Amino acid sequence: MMMNVRIHGRGGQGNVVAAYLLAAAAIEQGLYGQAFPAFGAERRGAPVVAFVRLSKQPVRRRDQVRSPDFLIIQDEALSHVPGVLEGLAPSGRVLINSSRDSETVSQEYGMPMTSLPATRLAKEHLGRPVPNTALLAAFLTLTGTFPVEALIKALGDRFTGKVLEKNTNLINAAAAQVEAGSWKEQLHAASA
Amino acid sequence: MRQALEGSQALARAVALCRPQVVSAYPITPQTHIVENISKLVADGELKCEFVSVESEFSAASVALGAAMAGSRAYTASASQGILLMAEVLYNIAGSRVPMVLTCANRAVSAPLSIWNDQQDSMAVRDAGWIQLYCADNQEAIDTTIQAYRIAERCEVPVMVCVDGFTLTHTMESLELPEQAQVDGFLPPYKFSRTLDPARPLSSGALVSPDYFPEARHSHHRALEKAIEEIEAADNDWGEVSGRSYGGLLAVEGPEDAPIGVLTLGSVFGTLATAREDEDHNVRLIRLRSFRPFPFDRLREVCEGLEKLVVLERALSPGAGGIVGNEVRAALSEMDSPPAVYSYAVGLGGRDVPLSTLHQALERVQDRPAERFAVFDVELDKLPEEDR
Repeated sequence: MMMNVRIHGRGGQGNVVAAYLLAAAAIEQGLYGQAFPAFGAERRGAPVVAFVRLSKQPVRRRDQVRSPDFLIIQDEALSHVPGVLEGLAPSGRVLINSSRDSETVSQEYGMPMTSLPATRLAKEHLGRPVPNTALLAAFLTLTGTFPVEALIKALGDRFTGKVLEKNTNLINAAAAQVEAGSWKEQLHAASA
Repeated sequence: MRQALEGSQALARAVALCRPQVVSAYPITPQTHIVENISKLVADGELKCEFVSVESEFSAASVALGAAMAGSRAYTASASQGILLMAEVLYNIAGSRVPMVLTCANRAVSAPLSIWNDQQDSMAVRDAGWIQLYCADNQEAIDTTIQAYRIAERCEVPVMVCVDGFTLTHTMESLELPEQAQVDGFLPPYKFSRTLDPARPLSSGALVSPDYFPEARHSHHRALEKAIEEIEAADNDWGEVSGRSYGGLLAVEGPEDAPIGVLTLGSVFGTLATAREDEDHNVRLIRLRSFRPFPFDRLREVCEGLEKLVVLERALSPGAGGIVGNEVRAALSEMDSPPAVYSYAVGLGGRDVPLSTLHQALERVQDRPAERFAVFDVELDKLPEEDR
């Protein structure tokens, strides 16, 4: 299996960290993984991209992910930026941070999308508008790649105490907002 | 045990496992976080070592030179413009035949300003007299760093470990860090034969008249030639310790009877190897690990039987073309029937080298006589008519 993920966000949203967390959690689960950013101007608000590959075999290729199986979009406004929605695999799926429901955003962008109000959830639980861990929790729940506990464990390498506790609550809240395993088929298609 | 580590983080730990006594570095751009992670290991008490934060790369190399001359195991890291600012000292370190290890996190050189990966920086100092080893992935970067200390100390020649900036240094992947005991067994405590010692005064790097300068250069050249055996031995012996080795001077993959070869350095190799396997191309992939010393004999051996050889490198010499390409062409000219060499620069300034590159390269050379040089992925429509 090889699963390719592309994460779009803005500087300050923890885009690279999201990619690293996903890979770290996967590696912790015994998979091979690779996560790397496409650095641009390193300033807050600038569009940034990061890539993740997960596999049962060691990953040797080093090129950017051009046709992702999954897109995670941390800022809905980025959907209008050329290239962001490009290259998605035919069976691919999109997870988008939006306060609007999935049907509305899917209609607007003309492709099926699953929305999660990640910024609102993050503000509620962390007091800060950092949507990355909420989106990862939803992503893992949708695909069923591995349990969100692995993500919490990977976060434990970065945070302790109150911050870890708040993030754990955020992760559980985000996971509860999406339908568990509803992207399983796409995951199998990606792995084929 | 495999663990998730970012390249720079892993390299910092690999350096720490080698028990350096002095690490000096300029901490700001174009530095990677290799030295940031080392300074953290020092501050946390996990590495006993003098960490000297200096005001420029020139000073970083100078401090490392002084430390190594005084008998310390020394380390520094830099990239891009930082390597160029070090250039004068790099010649001094090598010319003084002082062993130390430097990581070059390969990046493009300005102008125009680019922070991204290519290998112009290390290629610009290829004649400084350092051994240069290029790594395909972060596991190899860890293992090569450990090997580099043994090679440097046995040969009394400094070693530059070249690791693609961003493509490797900023990639998190599944990596295995060796045990401290494994590294300790492989790397005995450093004892420099010509260490500075008040009881035995000597001067090093002093004025040498024309009566002796050519001899100094001759013996330096011989030292690098002799390093070939140590590079092979270090990789071999480390393989026995860790279970991981990388082919010594160069790595080869693919069928032995393939008519076409593709040669490269560094992390592009993994992408080409994946393309070869996924798309089932009949091609022999060659990767130079050691660029200095240049592996003439091994290269001729693995090019035996090839009709065509494509060289893909991430640097160029404007006005001459491929740096590696021209050297490979010269080296193979001594063969009875050398392959036609097609020399290309690719992925300059961080341009992504996609999986399709292998297929495109094989297509391009199919019905064409040897190309002296081209920038493989140039998009001519972006250029004014007269530059196309």
